[in-house]
Amino acid sequence: MEFDNNIPIYVQVINMIKKDIIQGKLPMGAKLPSTRELAVQYHINPNTAGRIYKEMEMQNICYTKRGLGTFVTEDSEVFKAMKEDMAEDLVNSFIKEMKDLGFSKEDLLSVVSVEYDKES
Amino acid sequence: MLECSNLKKVYLNKTAVEDISLTLEKGRIYALLGPNGSGKTTFMKMISGLVKPTHGTIEYEGMPIGVQSKKDIAYMSTEPFFYSFMTVESVGKYYKDFFEDFDEDKYVKLIGEMELNMKDKVNKLSSGMSAKLKIAATMARNAKLYLLDEPLNGIDIIAREKIITTILNAASDDSTIVISTHLVDELEAVIDSVVFIKDGKSVIYGDAEQIREQRGKSIVELYKEIYG
Repeated sequence: MEFDNNIPIYVQVINMIKKDIIQGKLPMGAKLPSTRELAVQYHINPNTAGRIYKEMEMQNICYTKRGLGTFVTEDSEVFKAMKEDMAEDLVNSFIKEMKDLGFSKEDLLSVVSVEYDKES
Repeated sequence: MLECSNLKKVYLNKTAVEDISLTLEKGRIYALLGPNGSGKTTFMKMISGLVKPTHGTIEYEGMPIGVQSKKDIAYMSTEPFFYSFMTVESVGKYYKDFFEDFDEDKYVKLIGEMELNMKDKVNKLSSGMSAKLKIAATMARNAKLYLLDEPLNGIDIIAREKIITTILNAASDDSTIVISTHLVDELEAVIDSVVFIKDGKSVIYGDAEQIREQRGKSIVELYKEIYG
């Protein structure tokens, strides 16, 4: 597993799990791996894996059923908010980088529009 | 679980360890970092009871290093420690004779995961394979404290991943793992505590995440700064 040294590892793994949820690889209500399985899967420290679930629970992305494990939320509002949050983060960092390059709002929008059409 | 204070080891006219004081806590994975010759191996050998400190004390569960600590501590040295006539299978038997906590089923499972063959002769193994064998034999013990001296050295990337998986599988709330290495990159995400050793002294030591936050640097970057 390749991690970015500038971002805490638990944050990076949370983002990967969120992405899996948004893409439907981890459907709503699905059982998540145990902390140990998570540690082995991502090659991370078991205590970091524990922290990941704690943070995700605080954000209501998942919940723990005592004795059964950790599950992805079934709340569609949380799901929607999570998707919007991630999109917002991506867009904000993109805008910042483009501003640094000296792009105006209009230039930025037209570049996005042209490139988006090329891709699809 | 283990406490060292002011450890020092002098060989004739050479000081291998100058001054190391630290506490190892249960359930954590430690990286023991430092370039070659910084004193990592001597430190591990002192904890495992193979080398006597010139000065300072080590306490394991409140007792000095001795019969009990040797039962509970699994040390894997950098040197290969099998006789050339042995097979992978007889290494298991040899370990079982030596260590009460050696788990044969676990050994068989680990040998399978490492893609080794029970009938293989030890002296016919490539260096990567014999490194995997050393790990399998050591981790097949149900020890309280594992001391792994350079488990990733000279091993290809696929075997490294396997070794890291094995280490993580062995990690539990009851066991403590110390990994000495100068390949920090590979272990950055795996460890929760670090000990930096320089010229036989423990210079920085603590929780990896805290150190990253306080210094605004990854462990890899800090390594480059300390030894660069």
